[in-house]
Amino acid sequence: MRAIVTVIGKDKSGIIAKVATLLADNGVNIEDISQTIVQGNFTMLMLCDLQSAKPSLKELGVLLKELGDEIGVSTHVQHEDIFNAMHKI
Amino acid sequence: MLNRNEILETIDMVEKEHFDVRTITMGINLLSCVRDSAEETARLCYDKICKKAENIVKVAQDLGAEYGIPIINKRVSITPASLLTSSFCGKEVVLAKALDRAAKTVGVDFLGGYSALVQKGMTSFERSFIESIPEALSVTERMCSSVNVGTSKSGINMDAVKLMGEIIKKTADITKENDGLGCAKLVVFCNAVEDNPFMAGAFHGIGEGETVINVGVSGPGVVHHALKSIKGATLDEVAETIKKTAFKITRAGQLIAKEASKRLGAEFGIVDLSLAPTPVMGDSVAHILEEVGLDSVGGHGTTAILAMLNDAVKKGGVMASGSVGGLSGAFIPVSEDIGMINAAKSGAISLAKLEAMTSVCSVGIDMVAIPGDTPATTISGMIADEMAIGMINNKTTAVRVIPVPNKGVGESVEFGGLLGNAPIMEVSPYSCAEFINRGGRMPAPIHSNKN
Repeated sequence: MRAIVTVIGKDKSGIIAKVATLLADNGVNIEDISQTIVQGNFTMLMLCDLQSAKPSLKELGVLLKELGDEIGVSTHVQHEDIFNAMHKI
Repeated sequence: MLNRNEILETIDMVEKEHFDVRTITMGINLLSCVRDSAEETARLCYDKICKKAENIVKVAQDLGAEYGIPIINKRVSITPASLLTSSFCGKEVVLAKALDRAAKTVGVDFLGGYSALVQKGMTSFERSFIESIPEALSVTERMCSSVNVGTSKSGINMDAVKLMGEIIKKTADITKENDGLGCAKLVVFCNAVEDNPFMAGAFHGIGEGETVINVGVSGPGVVHHALKSIKGATLDEVAETIKKTAFKITRAGQLIAKEASKRLGAEFGIVDLSLAPTPVMGDSVAHILEEVGLDSVGGHGTTAILAMLNDAVKKGGVMASGSVGGLSGAFIPVSEDIGMINAAKSGAISLAKLEAMTSVCSVGIDMVAIPGDTPATTISGMIADEMAIGMINNKTTAVRVIPVPNKGVGESVEFGGLLGNAPIMEVSPYSCAEFINRGGRMPAPIHSNKN
C-alpha cells in the first residue's frame, strides 16, 4: 500500500532528515520526494511504500504528528487512493 | 507521482474549508426481531443493533485516519419502528428506550427510524405509535423520529397532517425544560427516501437489504472557497465550478463508503451528496449564496441561486458515485447555519422565503424555531404547504419546526452542538383551523398517473 506524507511549516534545518529518519526506522520506503519553499513556508510531499512498514497507517500518522509537534510543522499521512479518487477520473 | 497542487488542495479542503464526510449511517432491518411482547421485541432489537453496528465507530475512526478525511458522525437507521410495534400498542416506549440504549452502547450519536409511513392511510397501531412519539422523544437522547404523511403517488394524508401538528406541540411541551428540544429530532416528510443517511429523518426502508451503509458527504466551505476564487465570473462558470467541486467531494465519499461497507460486512447503499451546514464559521450554505452576489440570504435572487447550486451539486455528484441517493442537494436548516441564523436575526429571511426556497432544494422548513403559542392547526398548515410542494414537484420536502415553549418573536433558543441556535421566527397570525379540521386525503396529482 502506498501513502502520501505531507509536511508543511516554517522552514528550518533538519526537517527532511528527521522525517526521513522516522520513516526509515519504521520500515517505510520513500519512493518519490518533492520539496519546495514558498515565502518561507516549507512544503514537502513524499510518496511512500508501506509494504514492509512496522506500524499501521493510522499509527504512522500518530508518530508523524508527534514529530511534527516537536519540530513545529504540520504533518499528514494519507492513503494515496484518496487523491486518486478526488483528482483523477 | 501525484500532482503537488492536487495533494495540497485536498489538505486545504480539510484543514481550512471544513471538508468532511458528515456521516456514515448503517441501515439495519429489524423485522426479524418482531415478537408479541414489547419487552422481547425490544431485547431482540437491542441485541441485533449492538451486533451489527458493533464496529461502526472504530471503522469510521480508522478510515478517517487513513484517508485524512474526518468522519464526523456515526449513525444507525432502522426499519420504521411502527412496523415493529403492532402487537403491543400503548407500550411503544419500551422499544424506544431499548433503541436509545443500543445507540449508546455502540457509540453512535444518533439512531433514526422511530418512524411511521402513513401517506395514504393510518392503521390503529400506526396511530398509537405516532401518539407515543412525544413521550418516546422525552425519555431518549439519541433517538430520532420521522413520519411520512404524503407522496406524489398517493397524495397527502391530511388526518396525519392534523395529527402531526398536535404531536409537534406535545413534543415541545413534554421537552419544555430543554426549550422543546424533542422537536429537533422529529421530522414530517413528503416523499421520504428510504436510504437517507442524514438525521433526523433517516430510516431503513423496507425495500432495502439486511444491512446497508449509506454515506453523507458535505462541504459547504469547500464550495464557498472555490467560488471566492472566481469573483465576477458568469453564472455558467459558477455552476461549472460548483459541479467540479461536488465531484471531488463525492468521490472521496464514494471511496470511504465502499471501504466502510467492506470492513463492516454490509452492502454499499448510496452516497448522499448534500451540502449540510454546521453552525461554525466557514461551513455555511447561506454564505455560498451570498458569495454568488447577495447582500444577505433571504433577499430577492436567493431562490434562483439556490436552485442553481442544488442542481450543480447533483450534476457533479452523480458522475462521481456509482450510486447516488438519499436527499442529495443543499440543506437550509436555519439554526444549523451561521449565515441563516444571522439572516433570521436581522429579519432578512422570513418563513415565506424559506418556503419558497424549499421548492428548489432539499429538504424543507428545517430547524426553524417558532413561537410556543403557535396553534397546532397552524403548524399543520405549515406542514400541508410544505407537503404540497413536495407532492406536486416529485421531490422530498420536510418540516422540522420547534414551537419553543414560553418564548416568542424577538427571543432566541440555544440547542447546542450541531443543532445550533435560532431566533424565534414569526408565523402568520391568520388561522387555517377550518381547513385542517376537514381531515381526509388530498388526492395525488394528475402527473402521478404514469402507468
